[in-house]
Amino acid sequence: MAYAAGVDVGSTQTKAIIINEDREIVGRCLTDTGANVVIAAENAFAEALRSSGIREEEVEYVIGTGYGRYRVTFGNTQVTEISCHARGAAQMFPGTKTVLDMGGQDTKAIRVSPKGEVLDFCMNDKCAAGTGRFLGAAAAALDIPLGELGNVAMKAERPVKISTTCTVFAESEVLSWLGKGKKIEDILWGVHLSIASRSTALLRRVGIEDEITFTGGVTKNAGMIKSLEQALKTKLNVSEDSHYMGALGAALFALDHILAGRVPTEEKEAA
Amino acid sequence: MTTYTTGIDVGSTYTKAVILKDGNEIVSRAMLNTGFRLEEAARKTYETALEQAGLSESDSSYLVTTGFGRHLVGFRDVNVTDINASARGAAFLFPKTRTILDVGGQTMKAIQLTEEGKVKSFRLNDKCAAGTGAFLEKTARYMGYKTEEIGTLAAVSKTVVPISGVCAVFAESEVINHLSQGMSPSDIMYGSIVSLVARSVQLLKRVGMNPEYTLIGGILRFESMSHVVREQIKTEVNVAEGDLVQYVTALGAAILGYRRFGKLQHEGQPAIAGA
Repeated sequence: MAYAAGVDVGSTQTKAIIINEDREIVGRCLTDTGANVVIAAENAFAEALRSSGIREEEVEYVIGTGYGRYRVTFGNTQVTEISCHARGAAQMFPGTKTVLDMGGQDTKAIRVSPKGEVLDFCMNDKCAAGTGRFLGAAAAALDIPLGELGNVAMKAERPVKISTTCTVFAESEVLSWLGKGKKIEDILWGVHLSIASRSTALLRRVGIEDEITFTGGVTKNAGMIKSLEQALKTKLNVSEDSHYMGALGAALFALDHILAGRVPTEEKEAA
Repeated sequence: MTTYTTGIDVGSTYTKAVILKDGNEIVSRAMLNTGFRLEEAARKTYETALEQAGLSESDSSYLVTTGFGRHLVGFRDVNVTDINASARGAAFLFPKTRTILDVGGQTMKAIQLTEEGKVKSFRLNDKCAAGTGAFLEKTARYMGYKTEEIGTLAAVSKTVVPISGVCAVFAESEVINHLSQGMSPSDIMYGSIVSLVARSVQLLKRVGMNPEYTLIGGILRFESMSHVVREQIKTEVNVAEGDLVQYVTALGAAILGYRRFGKLQHEGQPAIAGA
């Protein structure tokens, strides 16, 4: 049995996935990227190996992706995270037509073919509004752990309308609402709705078609899923492993390399 | 008889008050953090300014508020837009002013004046922190420095580290990257000032570039700021001395208050209509 790995070095977190020839996930790891990107990638891969019980030499091909993909020094090659998220989403949810990837520093809308190829994409990478950072800023301003943000927000009864676009200004807006006596959950739900509305606008630019698969670190936030489903008026595909979608896609590309290498050249051409 | 008027500029970061004597002489000025209770901040700043001048509230004939929190101050006589107040204050200090650049904590404004000192047009950025003082504040904070240290930090810079200045949030990774590559905090700080000024110049171009230029606002208290503006527009600029640069808008409000008070008295109407 051969194994393939994908390492997704994101701006905030680094994810590693190991799959077998049947495209099943056998090992995974999630760690903070921190300041040393090279070490973060190495650690994530080592931990994923440990979790799978597979030895490093059994992994025949490794692909790096994410903003730090060129720092995956042990990787065989690199693939952009756009391609990887599309590929991973199509594998995990075969009905996927649209992917929304929400990470720590950027949000991407991707339109994918049934095979998981990228047809079009659009991203928010010049401005932190509408990215995970917007949630992070609100969490910091209200002193609530990031992991509890969504659950607190979902208790809202009268959401506050967040009017600022910029993440920096939103921080002060959040505090000023607090000063005016608004409830934390109502402010937070307003923050979620604001991001959902920006994401919907981004998705419209590539065209929204069901099924929509939600990927990236923010998939851990149940409140974000709920607010997006409310804004998009449809259910989103989300799984426990949605956070690893980019790494999974990279591992799938890596497996392609392994399998392609095994097929004799004539047969490959004939196919 | 002496007439005192007060201008209070409730800004996003600081609240400034100026007490003016007979429409032409500043007798006192005070500044406090705005915080989240705007009326309270205005009240305290006003009281501090009165105390410094040795005056009591009844001595000030007219009180004009301006700035983003101007509507929230219940004890005002009237409020005016910060655009008008800035124009008045800048033209008072530098009568030949045609173009004003105001860089504050959360806004950046470019204002064009007519030869008579009236507002002809203006442009502002209040949607994105990258063009405002918040950008410098964030950059400083990412490096572990306080806002008040920005000036001294930038002053000792030897080379400019380029900072993209697209987003104040994304600047964090850029700053960390530069620091890890051994760049000095002062060069990074200077680089972010250069980047902020580049955005200011774009805004100035949209409103029209006409000398003389007068620079105002809290961020101009950092000397490097006006220095870099001079460099980029290749023209001399007017900057009020010391911390007066932060009070220009409050000053303008006090001047407008003096005029309004005079007019009301002339018309024989009660100056304070049951505020």
